[in-house]
Amino acid sequence: MIIMENNSIIQVKNLTKMFGKFTAVDDISFNVKKGEIFGLLGPNGAGKSTTLRVLSTLARPTKGTAVIGGYDILKNDNEVRKLIGIVSEKMIMYNRLTAAENLRFFGNLFNIPKDVLNKRIDDLLELVQLTKWKNSQVGTFSTGMRQRINVVRALLNMPQVLFLDEPTLGLDPQSSVEIREFVKKLNQENGTTVLITTHMMVDADLLCDRIAIVDHGKIVALDTSTNLKKTISGADTTIISLELANLNQELIDTVRKLDCVDSVTQENSMHLRIIVHGSEAFDSVLDSVRVKKGKINSVQNLQPTLEDVFLHITGHQVRDVADQKIPMETRRRFGQRPQARGR
Amino acid sequence: MGAKNLLSHSFRIAAKDLTELFRNRLGLVLLIVMPLFMMVMVGFIYPSNGSTLNNLPIGLVDEDVGYNNSTIPSQAFIMGLQAFNAQTNMLKLSNVSTVADIKDMVQSGELNGGIIISSNFSESIITGQQGVLIIMSDQSNPQVSATVQAALSAVFDQMGTQLAIQNVQPLNATNPLAIVKPYNVQTQGVVSGTPSYFDFIAPGIIAMTVMMSVMTGLPVAISQEKEIGTMDGMMVAPINRLSIILGKTMGQVARGLIQGVIILVLAVELFGVTIHGNILLVFGLLLLGIFSFVGLGIVITSFTKDQETAQMLMMTLMFPMMFLSGVFFPIQQMPWYMQSISHFLPLTYAADALRKVMVLGADIPAISPELIILITFGVVMTAIALPVFRRMMTR
Repeated sequence: MIIMENNSIIQVKNLTKMFGKFTAVDDISFNVKKGEIFGLLGPNGAGKSTTLRVLSTLARPTKGTAVIGGYDILKNDNEVRKLIGIVSEKMIMYNRLTAAENLRFFGNLFNIPKDVLNKRIDDLLELVQLTKWKNSQVGTFSTGMRQRINVVRALLNMPQVLFLDEPTLGLDPQSSVEIREFVKKLNQENGTTVLITTHMMVDADLLCDRIAIVDHGKIVALDTSTNLKKTISGADTTIISLELANLNQELIDTVRKLDCVDSVTQENSMHLRIIVHGSEAFDSVLDSVRVKKGKINSVQNLQPTLEDVFLHITGHQVRDVADQKIPMETRRRFGQRPQARGR
Repeated sequence: MGAKNLLSHSFRIAAKDLTELFRNRLGLVLLIVMPLFMMVMVGFIYPSNGSTLNNLPIGLVDEDVGYNNSTIPSQAFIMGLQAFNAQTNMLKLSNVSTVADIKDMVQSGELNGGIIISSNFSESIITGQQGVLIIMSDQSNPQVSATVQAALSAVFDQMGTQLAIQNVQPLNATNPLAIVKPYNVQTQGVVSGTPSYFDFIAPGIIAMTVMMSVMTGLPVAISQEKEIGTMDGMMVAPINRLSIILGKTMGQVARGLIQGVIILVLAVELFGVTIHGNILLVFGLLLLGIFSFVGLGIVITSFTKDQETAQMLMMTLMFPMMFLSGVFFPIQQMPWYMQSISHFLPLTYAADALRKVMVLGADIPAISPELIILITFGVVMTAIALPVFRRMMTR
């Protein structure tokens, strides 16, 4: 047992994971407190999932290590495994087995006594309203049901730490809400520590106590959602939403060239989202638009979102680098190594 | 505790795999149909009782010009041939006028060959010379050609013997056959009965199917779980990594043995294969064969990232193995360099040992060289495979 400092349950120390020459996770360190919901936010390929896989003992770090619940992930991997549960972006369920058979199979791997396991399976299925489908094969389930049972699977060993890898990916808004509420409930009632990776700003904003923004394998910011937003909406920075009847490229370029403008995003054919700094910024932007004969329909002063924070810190949008999934197979051994996310 | 857990986890994984297998209806049907096809195919295309040759279309050209207006020798030969053929139905004789016609008819596929009675046949016989008979064969098909030549030579040999017996009648010998054919050649097998080609091939096919099914099944089963992500579920459980590979192997072995039993039953029931040896020894050998292949399967598993690659790699390895291990063709027929390759294939020894047990009723001492080789092969491959597998699992 390693003594954990400051009530933390996860301590990550200089963790690096390389795939060949590509560095997926670049020397990151952070602590997660007991009972906290901690988010890793970043675009696909930023290294979030790889971090999660290393922490959940599914991949070996190239350098550094981490301690979970007093156990080193390298030296005491089986002790760590007893403390954690993982919900991966891929379903960990056998389609040809029934819900109960699936849960029993995974439960047996944790050596849970038979009667305890059966009771727990019933309770967990009840919790996600799947009792009716206990003896149906998982292959016949809808996506929402599958994700629910997938989450339940990770809870079989009553983990102290739950890892969630993009848990709401591909779910409809209603199912996403259900999963979010379930995680919150679990955290409040059982005190389960949750480490969640996501590229959905909403998830991170609504769920996480603290958020680490990850980009190119590095943590670029780490704080609560409120504090992160304060970094850009402080005295100096303002976010303006501008609706222009005759929005064109020339207008955008003009605005972008202004010294006081940090970034310009075109949201649709009429809306611009502009982050500016300085007390004169508001006037300068409006003046320059008028000089170029821009017809202003409306001007709004916006509250910053996490997306703005991300943009401000990294200088590019989350969407810019999204959807760069590269199949794991191309990653190793042969030819050039593409910049892939860890799998 | 460790060993007990290892085994119990392995059993759980094997049981899970088998449940999945039995719920896959189509897969289950194919599991039975595949060996059935294999058996029926091999069982019926290869003749199972020696000479089933019949109705070979053969042209007969009588060029005999006679001697002193007598063609009695050639007439007698033709009558003898027809009488012989009436009993065996081996040939379908048709009269053809010239040698050129035979060539045409062989080329057009109407005939498989021809018999030519030479122009001085009667003269030679009557004047005490050898009568010349020519067998024409179709070289485009070496196998048919060889069959025709062998069949006709046998027919002529018997007819010649009969003629000779008549000719030596004046000598008043007690046994004229002993003068004409002083040697009486008989063949006798080590066990009673005449084993068919099927008896030769059945043990090989059983060994091949069982071992191949494990060797292909293992990489596919593991890479499939890696691909769909369920492997992670087992990997995050606090279990020995060994129990994953052990459980998967047990599942595949059970599957392979089911197939093996199906083939064995089919071979006995449908094709009359008799098992002379101990049936337990047969299963013991199958298990040993599987053991020798498992290591190879694990190594392949470790090097392939998805199902498709695993399957392609398996096909590449399977084909040479099928033909070089003496399952279909005796190794002794192969050129030396091919023979030496076959000595490196465990299937060669498994099939050989199984054949000795099933056909010859051999016991353990008789097949000990094969047993030693199979065990050594298995141990060496497993020793190579396990570290490779461990490394692969926690990359």
